[in-house]
Amino acid sequence: MIFTSGATESNNLAIRGVAEFYKDRKNHVVTTMTEHKCVLDTCRHLEQSGFEVTYLPVQKNGLVDLEVLRNAITDRTVVVSIMAVNNEIGVIQPLEEIGKICREKKTFFHTDAAQAAGKIPLDVEKMNIDLMSISGHKIYGPKGIGALYVRRKPRVRLVPLIVGGGQERGFRSGTLPTPLCVGLGEAAEICAKEMDGEAKRLKKLQERMLKGLNDKLSDIVVNGDLEQRIPGNLNISFAYVEGESLMMGIKGLSVSSGSACTSASLEPSYVLRALGVEEDMAHTSLRIGLGRFTTEQEVDTAVDELVRHVNKLRAMSPLWEMAQEGIDIKSIEWAAH
Amino acid sequence: MSYSEKLIDHYENPRNIGTLDKNSEDVGTGLVGAPACGDVMKLQIKVGADGLIEDAKFKTFGCGSAIASSSLVTEWVKGKTIDEAETIKNTDIAKHLALPPVKIHCSVLAEDAIKAAIADYRAKSAKKDDITDTRSDSGHEHAHPND
Ligand SMILES: Cc1ncc(COP(=O)(O)O)c(C=O)c1O
Ligand code: FES
Repeated sequence: MIFTSGATESNNLAIRGVAEFYKDRKNHVVTTMTEHKCVLDTCRHLEQSGFEVTYLPVQKNGLVDLEVLRNAITDRTVVVSIMAVNNEIGVIQPLEEIGKICREKKTFFHTDAAQAAGKIPLDVEKMNIDLMSISGHKIYGPKGIGALYVRRKPRVRLVPLIVGGGQERGFRSGTLPTPLCVGLGEAAEICAKEMDGEAKRLKKLQERMLKGLNDKLSDIVVNGDLEQRIPGNLNISFAYVEGESLMMGIKGLSVSSGSACTSASLEPSYVLRALGVEEDMAHTSLRIGLGRFTTEQEVDTAVDELVRHVNKLRAMSPLWEMAQEGIDIKSIEWAAH
Repeated sequence: MSYSEKLIDHYENPRNIGTLDKNSEDVGTGLVGAPACGDVMKLQIKVGADGLIEDAKFKTFGCGSAIASSSLVTEWVKGKTIDEAETIKNTDIAKHLALPPVKIHCSVLAEDAIKAAIADYRAKSAKKDDITDTRSDSGHEHAHPND
């Protein structure tokens, strides 16, 4: 384990480090279209310095198609970087199968496990993971600390991003912040101890929330696979209600939206787009997180608040009105603007 | 994002939500925006015999700023002639609600919506003047996507 400042640095170090080290023999990286920005930007960087990158599409449920992956790997592929759990839709990629393919094809397997560590079992042996990034603040640990697992057998070599005193096996120089490292370790231990029970508890909350919403609202769609998913995530499109306006209403709830209206760039979520979610539906999406401190009572309150505001906003939505009148919104020629 | 009190008030207590009969001859309907862009506004005006806008209604799919902009516009146009209503500028809306820069286009949409509603009303009255004897059975608006 190499301590870093967080998953962003771990991802940068893993992908750039391994690509640079083996660049005389290999020049190709495989990743997916739904990775976290820090992985995508690292790959863009590599492209600028001459590497080739394949951004795999995902299926409608957010998971990679293993045959598509297998066909994308060539003998020039140095690393396959596929996240364990997606940060927007919570879907869990088939890590064991991906690891198997990578080992067969003799390429390294890196996984960004920032959203997976502490939530689902991760076995680097069984899953053939060669490099794995984790982050402190995603597992109730301190901010500003993360780690990168680097396989020793067979050995994975990296060009460091930060050079100097040779700390962390030379992969990451600089004196480590001891309190943060201890905090990360302690957080990991608590997660490991509570994982089974916590997963069951969260699954119940997730089901309770979804049932509560489905009982009282029509036209809501869960984005991403519901089974291959961590129980702490729900990403839902509330058709005919724009996400930012919904967030403005449910003031007591801390959620995020894939709507373009919430982002400075005015671009809807690229993750939802990769799933093939239509833009109008992407605009109506909310990402709801359930965690260690979420109670049943809070879930019920959240359901009530969501239902109240979705109904209020639908009552003022021209699209809802058209849908009730049986007008197909897609049949209308909307002016581009 | 932090919003002004006026904007939040219009978002929380929107004025004049509703629908007027779009087939009625004294009603003008404007439908602007696109679902794929995350914003659709429907704005309607009802013009009295005295030429004044006696009622205005809206429905909006969009962010809080879009909802507030359309709500505000319905308030502003009531009691005005259509010529007066036509002079409402998006900059006035943006200023009144203190919209942040990334939300200016939401006020532009509100201006487009009122202009479209006026254009629709005018088209209807022109047609009515053309065919004063024969009963007009095409009271709906050709220029609008809700056909
Ligand atoms: C999947 C994923 N990867 C990477 C990161 C970045 O982690 P950090 O904030 O520790 O750099 C995050 C968190 O934002 C994440 O969710
Ligand atoms: S409607 Fe999208 S930013 Fe206002």
